[in-house]
Amino acid sequence: MQPLFLTFQLALIVTIILLIIGVPLAYWIAFSKSRFKYVIETLVSMPLVLPPTVIGFYLLIAFSPQYFFGHFLEDILGVRVVFSFTGLVIGSVIFSLPFMVNPIKAGFQNFPLTLIEASLCLGKTPWQTLRRVILPNIKPALLTGMVMAFAHTIGEFGVVLMIGGNIPGQTRLASMVIYDEVEALNYHTAGFYALVLVLISFFILLVFYYLNRKALKIF
Amino acid sequence: MMIKIRCKRQMHTHQGEEWLDVDLNISEGEFIAIFGESGAGKTTILRFLAGLILPQEGFIEVDGEIWYDSRCKINLPVNSRKIGFVFQENNLFPHMTARQNLEYACSDRKYQGDIDEWISVLGLKGLEDQRPDKLSGGQKQRVALARALIRRPKMLLLDEPLSDLDIHSRLKLQDEIHKVYTKTRITTILVSHDISEIFKLSNMVFVLERGKIIKFGSPEKVFVNNDLSGKFKFTGEILEIHQDGVLNILTISIGNQVTKVIATGEEIAGLSIGSKVIVAAKAFNPLILKTS
Repeated sequence: MQPLFLTFQLALIVTIILLIIGVPLAYWIAFSKSRFKYVIETLVSMPLVLPPTVIGFYLLIAFSPQYFFGHFLEDILGVRVVFSFTGLVIGSVIFSLPFMVNPIKAGFQNFPLTLIEASLCLGKTPWQTLRRVILPNIKPALLTGMVMAFAHTIGEFGVVLMIGGNIPGQTRLASMVIYDEVEALNYHTAGFYALVLVLISFFILLVFYYLNRKALKIF
Repeated sequence: MMIKIRCKRQMHTHQGEEWLDVDLNISEGEFIAIFGESGAGKTTILRFLAGLILPQEGFIEVDGEIWYDSRCKINLPVNSRKIGFVFQENNLFPHMTARQNLEYACSDRKYQGDIDEWISVLGLKGLEDQRPDKLSGGQKQRVALARALIRRPKMLLLDEPLSDLDIHSRLKLQDEIHKVYTKTRITTILVSHDISEIFKLSNMVFVLERGKIIKFGSPEKVFVNNDLSGKFKFTGEILEIHQDGVLNILTISIGNQVTKVIATGEEIAGLSIGSKVIVAAKAFNPLILKTS
């Protein structure tokens, strides 16, 4: 059961971190007039098109203690990223970033500008406007981002295998167990984990679409 | 208080590139109307004042304080300008009730009492706990008007707030705006293309055409006095009924003009301000004047 527990723990932490960095990032992309906005948009969307192993490979190189950055982290700060839970979190955050940012960005872009103007004309700062006017009205977009990021993290395999290294109890996630068990011809165990993942993913999405339908009715 | 606006900005209209180029001085407590066709740049002037659009050149000074100056690169952010803005389209916050919309606008606890006062003055009692989607167009604009006033702004900017309403709600809201003005004497700028509205509310009107002010003065001076028109039958709206001895003088808005017509007591029975009427002449002796 531990790989399942670890999988959900990872998905939860990743979703929270992504929510914290995803909202400001999406806000910037949606409202910034910077000429280099499209560069950031491209970078955010890269994980959508790259094979997960490519991202995992670069993360592995970047954080490896044999190279400068990884060496710096380990020697100075005492943090080891590769083959650790921290590494899983970092890899997953990068890999699931577009799943959180893109729906929220769309929510910001579709939000009526006149409401933002009305709020500013009432003497409210952009921050107050974001917190009290925009965010409460784009809850469906926030929910979409959170559910997509959470579900996508559960379904990860390539990135986490590369950077996590499949260490039991530390970095061994449900998706890796399935792979291992199939390799060892233990179809029974693999089937159990697969079924649990299918059922949980199904119910998360089911609840999400149900809530979203209700949320849409309000507007 | 004095508002000085001297602003230029290029506009893209369907007639090509035009320069919006205005120079206005507005004194404290005036009710100004800006009149013109759509695309003339009326709304842009209000948005300059609010800081929602920046002029390419010029300055805005309110009460001795510079809000915008292109040369010194001064630009007071929108939220630091003490204005009340009522927009043409409804933009109440949909997730808040009418009262919450007003509470959101109330940044100073001292003015908390204003919320209840405006609710009762503008006839919003009983609607406070409704969300905007449950309110009619006229009710929404009344909430929007109250919301704009809660901050005790230095000026009230009204961007065709009545144009999406039916005639009944429009007349009612005109009365409410008039009530607000007489109560507060707040400097008000109304953008409108409806002469009867301007006549009823404002004491000074600027006529804007293709980005330039071509005429200004009192509504009477600007709109009356040119009533040599070539048609025998008009439809119009009554602006004012004035009794002068046995005569009744009706001020009627016809098309883009306002004229005064004498009527008998019989004729005005059942008429009131806002009534739509037909003005026709039976025995008509038209004047033909050579103009060129």
